[in-house]
Amino acid sequence: MVLPNYEAVIGLEVHVELKTQSKIFCSCSTAFGAEPNTQVCPVCAGMPGALPVLNRQVVEFAIKTGLALNCEIAGMSKYDRKNYFYPDLPKAYQVSQYDQPICRTGYLEIEAEEGKKRIGINRVHIEEDAGKLIHQGAITTSSYSLVDLNRSGVPLLEIVSEPDLRTPREACLYLEKLRSVLLFLGVSDCKMEEGSLRCDANISIRPRGETRLGTKAEIKNMNSFRSLERALEYELTRQMEVLEDGEEVVQETRTWDEGQQATFSMRSKEEADDYRYFPDPDLVPVVVDQEWVQRVRESLPELPDAARQRLMEQYELPAYDAGVLTMTRDTLDFFDECIRHYDDAKVVSNWIMGEMSRLLNQHNLEISASQVSPSALVRMLRLIDEGTISGKMAKTVFEEMFTTGKEPDVIVKEKGMTQISDESALEPLVVQVLEANPEVVEDYRGGKTKALGFLVGQVMKATRGQANPKLVNQILKRHLDKS
Amino acid sequence: MELCGLTVHELKDKLKKREISAADILDSCLQRTHQVEEQVKAFITITEETARETARVLDEKGEYPGLAGIVCGLKDNLCTRGVRTTCASRMLEDFVPGYDATVVKKLKAQQAVILGKLNMDEFAMGSSTEYSSFYPTRNPWDLKRVPGGSSGGAAAAVAAGQVIYALGTDTGGSVRQPAAFCGVVGMKPTYGRVSRSGVVGFASSLDQVGTITRDVTDCALVLNQIAGYDHMDSTSANLEVLDYTSSLVPEIKGFKVGVLQEYFQEGIHPGVKETIKRALLKMEEMGAIVEEISLPHIKYALPTYYIIAPAEASSNLARFDGVRYGLRDLEADNVEEMYINSRSLGFGPEVKRRIMLGTYVLSAGYFDAYYLKALKVRRLIKNDFDRAFEKYDVLVTPTVPTAAFKLQEHARDEDLLAMYRSDIATVPANMAGLPAISVPGGFVDEMPVGLQIIGKAFAEDTILRVAYAFEQHTDYTARKPSLGVK
Repeated sequence: MVLPNYEAVIGLEVHVELKTQSKIFCSCSTAFGAEPNTQVCPVCAGMPGALPVLNRQVVEFAIKTGLALNCEIAGMSKYDRKNYFYPDLPKAYQVSQYDQPICRTGYLEIEAEEGKKRIGINRVHIEEDAGKLIHQGAITTSSYSLVDLNRSGVPLLEIVSEPDLRTPREACLYLEKLRSVLLFLGVSDCKMEEGSLRCDANISIRPRGETRLGTKAEIKNMNSFRSLERALEYELTRQMEVLEDGEEVVQETRTWDEGQQATFSMRSKEEADDYRYFPDPDLVPVVVDQEWVQRVRESLPELPDAARQRLMEQYELPAYDAGVLTMTRDTLDFFDECIRHYDDAKVVSNWIMGEMSRLLNQHNLEISASQVSPSALVRMLRLIDEGTISGKMAKTVFEEMFTTGKEPDVIVKEKGMTQISDESALEPLVVQVLEANPEVVEDYRGGKTKALGFLVGQVMKATRGQANPKLVNQILKRHLDKS
Repeated sequence: MELCGLTVHELKDKLKKREISAADILDSCLQRTHQVEEQVKAFITITEETARETARVLDEKGEYPGLAGIVCGLKDNLCTRGVRTTCASRMLEDFVPGYDATVVKKLKAQQAVILGKLNMDEFAMGSSTEYSSFYPTRNPWDLKRVPGGSSGGAAAAVAAGQVIYALGTDTGGSVRQPAAFCGVVGMKPTYGRVSRSGVVGFASSLDQVGTITRDVTDCALVLNQIAGYDHMDSTSANLEVLDYTSSLVPEIKGFKVGVLQEYFQEGIHPGVKETIKRALLKMEEMGAIVEEISLPHIKYALPTYYIIAPAEASSNLARFDGVRYGLRDLEADNVEEMYINSRSLGFGPEVKRRIMLGTYVLSAGYFDAYYLKALKVRRLIKNDFDRAFEKYDVLVTPTVPTAAFKLQEHARDEDLLAMYRSDIATVPANMAGLPAISVPGGFVDEMPVGLQIIGKAFAEDTILRVAYAFEQHTDYTARKPSLGVK
């Protein structure tokens, strides 16, 4: 989407839930999807007298993330209270980091349309998640609401970018890249649909060539990559229309309505809250010494950029393939495992990007939940290479592997899918087909070489696809060219 | 003397010699409570049944280690599993915690006989116990006078013989000031020495659980049982805890005692001044080196306290919103109205005042001028103390500039500051996180006066020794209130 006279200025605030076993200030589980209020204790329910004790794993994950995002790591991790009333916030304050975030001034590189582009990271800070309200019907008409505190106290990182993004597309690329970095680090499972990855956007527009920033709107409630892009596109058009009408953009918070595909005003800046931040006196600042940072740095896993480079150099994969295979850690692990036992990287890549990803999407699954193991895929590829099954048959076999988890050999055997590569068995069938289609044979001999394809198809049909197509081709040609 | 008038160590002796049983002590305290509770009003909740059960089980075994079998009371802001914990507030009138505060766990592990929950100023905000939402507690020395606060119920119950010792909390003097008013011993340990887990928070950076006992020996015995690191409290100090009874040495020859001049100038009652001067002479007689000292920033302690404490309180008390527990207005039409009505109905005037004050000083535009500045002043006060302790072993002041005032004496809003000034000498120890003890230091017009001894961080042993020596060379703890045990 291009606005000829205007330029968009976009920054993202991303919240990710950290994948720690227990919550940030108590030992309750962070597992998603449990019965409401079953993962709750006095601390995360904000009972009187209950005190927080920091989970150090959270700090470690934050340092990890900061290093992967090329940030400076603060020597001290201090916690502040953000005070506001809401029924999902049991203490009526959220423990967060205000003036001393654990990480500052980093960047993330994305593959923008015009090439590599660095997006600045303003800060990464630690905070706790709130609970969840379950309304009876719509929020505005609900006669009562229920509170589920299972999520209360789940550790979060807030990652704030600089306003370096210029198009909704770039915003998406940034978020995708950030997600893959976090997945590679293993600090979050980044599931937007479960809320473990959430994104708000600040967006303004300005005439091209202008260096000052326009008035921004903050957009909330975008629950997928798609809605992020749509919401930003909508907002760009809206702001442009406001300016074209000679009016001014109002600084406000707007919410994206998926149903209506539009953003709506939630509150203006005049109503902005005063959170009365102050240092949490129940928590002591944690010292983050250089030794700790160094230890974390040394333990960093391979990150997407490095992996991408490796796939391109070591296996000569196209940039596109390398990009797709490094979107998630699990995809890369799957590929790496296959390639340990199979030489042709491009073939493996094709299967992962093709059939595998088609079926995963269709069943709404992650690769980690796939029933096809890397070794099973490799075995199947071998069956093709050995001529036992054709590439076409392999698609059927693969789908069966995907849905049942059976080994390829078992499927081939059960379905009697072995390819017929026995010349003496195919010979009579070829003769039959030739005899049944004299006109086609004439056409071929008259120079219409395409007619060969029809004849191959007829033989394949007669063998219910089991004939080795290469071999059929050879036999047919021998017969046709004979006289 | 009746058992309920004895000290922990006296009762421990008798238990050990099998002269008495835990049930005997409990009976005596209960009988005493039946006699005086109507007048003193020290309790909010009496847990006679569980107390009897604890005593019965103990007597069956016939062994009484530690604090086993000794009757005690708990300020009603210490969470007790299964027993309502009200903080003397309508807000928590029916709140029953599902957990014990760490200090309560420790006492229970000792088989202490807990007689009940004691009255206080609402959420520990106040210096007279008149701000209890239920009823005021009265001073056993003179029922027309306040017992002090906020741990007024605890101090009065110990003075009146209803319990042998009590636990309170001290944010700006709430253990020491009522102890001084009621003629008993009150100790606020170093910040971090005793766990705050399960203590309903008022001002987290200042709150500390303290002891109220009849003498210094009992103070050491009780402190022994509640002190120590707790992984449930991040601000708890991971340091070794001494056996405090080893500091009970009646000798302080050569000890350097600094007398904080600021508390002998304006605002001090002449009788209190005389009494404390006499106490200091006594210390000199005992061989201590007593010198006058002035701390440049200490005059800012009280105003600074009234920024920091309300700021933290405004945030700590925000959780009382009517959503999960506590009072909720059921008539409200929406969430916002429910918040406003519940909090308006649930909190009393002093709590509201401090929440408003705290909210104000943390607000955008005022934060730097008030809260941030207060933190800086706090640091200066701490530095003053650090310097003073390079030269002195302990610092002393009158615990309170006056003896107990009359009920309603500071009831009008205009007199509020006079009540706040009651904590002028106790607040600095909280601001600097230091241990401090108030011991009976004499009498003015038949009312007790407290002598405060402040020590270095984690030097509870030093102040206990000075307090013990002073106690051994005087007989103030021996004197009992008019309503006292005969």
